[in-house]
Amino acid sequence: MVLAAGDQLRLDANWVDYLLVALYFMFVLGIGFAAKRSVSSSIDFFLSGRSLPAWVTGLAFISANLGAIEIMGMSATGAEFGMPTMHYFWIGAIPAMLFLGVVMMPFYYGSKVRSVPEFMRRRFGTGAHLVNAVSFALAQVLIAGVNLFLLASVVNALLGWPLWVSLVIAAAVVLSYTALGGLSAAIYNEVLQFFVIVAALLPLTLIGLNKVGGYEGLKEKVTAGPSGGADLSSWPGQALSGFDSPLLSVIGIVLGLGFVLSFGYWTTNFVEVQRAMASESMSAAQRTPIIGAFPKMFIPFIVVIPGMIAAVTVNELATFKENGGTGGSVDYNDALLLLMRDLLPNGMLGLAIAGLLASFMAGMAANISAFNTVFSYDLWEQYVVKDREDSYYLQVGRVVTVAATVLAIGTAFLAAGYANLMTYLQTLFGFFNAPLFATFILGMFWKRMTPTAGWMGLVSGTAAAVTVWLLSGDVLGVIGIEGQGGAFVAAGAAFAVDIVVSVAVSLMTKPREYGELKGLVWSLTPKESFQDEHPSRLSWYQNPNKLAGLALAMVIVLNFIFA
Amino acid sequence: MSKHDTTAGRSPHRAGAFDIRTFIAMLIGLYGLVLVVTGLVSTSAADLEKAGGVNVNLWTGIGLLVVAALFQGWAMLRPLVVPEDFDGREDDQHGAG
Repeated sequence: MVLAAGDQLRLDANWVDYLLVALYFMFVLGIGFAAKRSVSSSIDFFLSGRSLPAWVTGLAFISANLGAIEIMGMSATGAEFGMPTMHYFWIGAIPAMLFLGVVMMPFYYGSKVRSVPEFMRRRFGTGAHLVNAVSFALAQVLIAGVNLFLLASVVNALLGWPLWVSLVIAAAVVLSYTALGGLSAAIYNEVLQFFVIVAALLPLTLIGLNKVGGYEGLKEKVTAGPSGGADLSSWPGQALSGFDSPLLSVIGIVLGLGFVLSFGYWTTNFVEVQRAMASESMSAAQRTPIIGAFPKMFIPFIVVIPGMIAAVTVNELATFKENGGTGGSVDYNDALLLLMRDLLPNGMLGLAIAGLLASFMAGMAANISAFNTVFSYDLWEQYVVKDREDSYYLQVGRVVTVAATVLAIGTAFLAAGYANLMTYLQTLFGFFNAPLFATFILGMFWKRMTPTAGWMGLVSGTAAAVTVWLLSGDVLGVIGIEGQGGAFVAAGAAFAVDIVVSVAVSLMTKPREYGELKGLVWSLTPKESFQDEHPSRLSWYQNPNKLAGLALAMVIVLNFIFA
Repeated sequence: MSKHDTTAGRSPHRAGAFDIRTFIAMLIGLYGLVLVVTGLVSTSAADLEKAGGVNVNLWTGIGLLVVAALFQGWAMLRPLVVPEDFDGREDDQHGAG
């Protein structure tokens, strides 16, 4: 993501704005200190002592994902494509989140594993575990660095601070609170950040809507714009998927984005699952992604809509769009910042800047806290220094947090110098994600699946995704798909190849003793261990299945309203 | 933030023992206060024109104060209770649950 250079985005921030930003930093650090007092073991540090209520972990679940790429990226996509961007939320997130809560969380929480790779190790042994843990850890450092770089470049564009100053300050703040309070500090801060982000973006959206004459006014202006009315209906979304045929576009979005890509991301990504593992009971763990689904389905209204408003009200951006997305000195990525510049007075401006910083730091802290858990438990304790006392691993966690932050700063400087390299690396790590869901879901429901099939499925699935990507229009151009459509097809290929290879290899190799798989495979686990001790005592809003049904119904209604 | 006495011989697990709701209420409340004052004291005609005639700071500030009051009220009505056992399964003991 590259922002407009020069003074185009420079804001006239005054002391009131800086005061609001400073207040935010004080509270963030305050939470770090408050959370530190409650850390007395490594489980406290890495999993918040498994003690948090579901609304806290549910909001943190959303906030951990509400980072730079989400807010800036989705408002940019909104400016470019309009309503089809909603698919990233309603199709590409909600169903997978509900599935995680209802179907997969009982395995993760019930087996008392401390990380997603640890589940992999208990189910398939060390081969699949190493592939999963190492690729995950590397990806986290990379993404933390990208988040940090984006934060610094936004601060640079808005306030004119040199890149390295904001880079170091932001890293120091994130480091202080994650090293002090561990996951609790990260999660509590994510909850606070969620409200600051909403407090920044909701007024911006309302003011923007007011200025264009309400939603009707926005519709008129978009219809008069270069896309005609296509930006106003979410389906079939050809511009977004890159498929010419409407039918293929719908299939691509539902299967590619909605099934393979999003299930791979939401159900196996430890950054997300870790938040649910920190909750206080099985039903709270299940409810974490389900409670998160409710705010998640409304977030596009304060992210995508501002992007669309910017594309019709900000002169530079409207011209850019009329020229088909070329020329000019601004880009879709600047949409949100340009709208802030045009609409907000001092005061509200400070709140908006605080909101952006909150979003960047939430993303980075989530990456760091997931990284240090996987590094300490899954790599260090498992393969390097085994069987030491708990306080030793707590100490390792703190040291690793410092090291990860330093690495992230290094990655951020690398990103500043080699933007293309970073894009390629991110694509590459995306490939590791694609087949994970296939391996997990097969392993959870098919007791016959063998350890060899575990790692071979992952490796061959990843290879399939890489092959499709190499053949696509993005690289060699042998097959005529590219961009989002290419990503959908690559993920689909990874899923299919993973399943086929896993089944074939399983039938040829020796399965594990079924006794060892209790808690890890559906048919070998007593159903009582998948629920709380007194499920009948939960009221309807504490029942994961009923809540998930409600969320699903709501998201279907939203799809029809904005179809 | 009430807490029962810890049972003897067991190190207290208090990872969830401070109330995030008061933190949220304080920060959002302070933001509301600053914005309301800014809105009343220093809203120029240019600011008004920029946002289509709305006093952005004033209204956002009022909204934030209401949200802050709601969080404070919630925290006071259902204070946090930390259960003794580490596995604490009983949802209904948590004000925030």
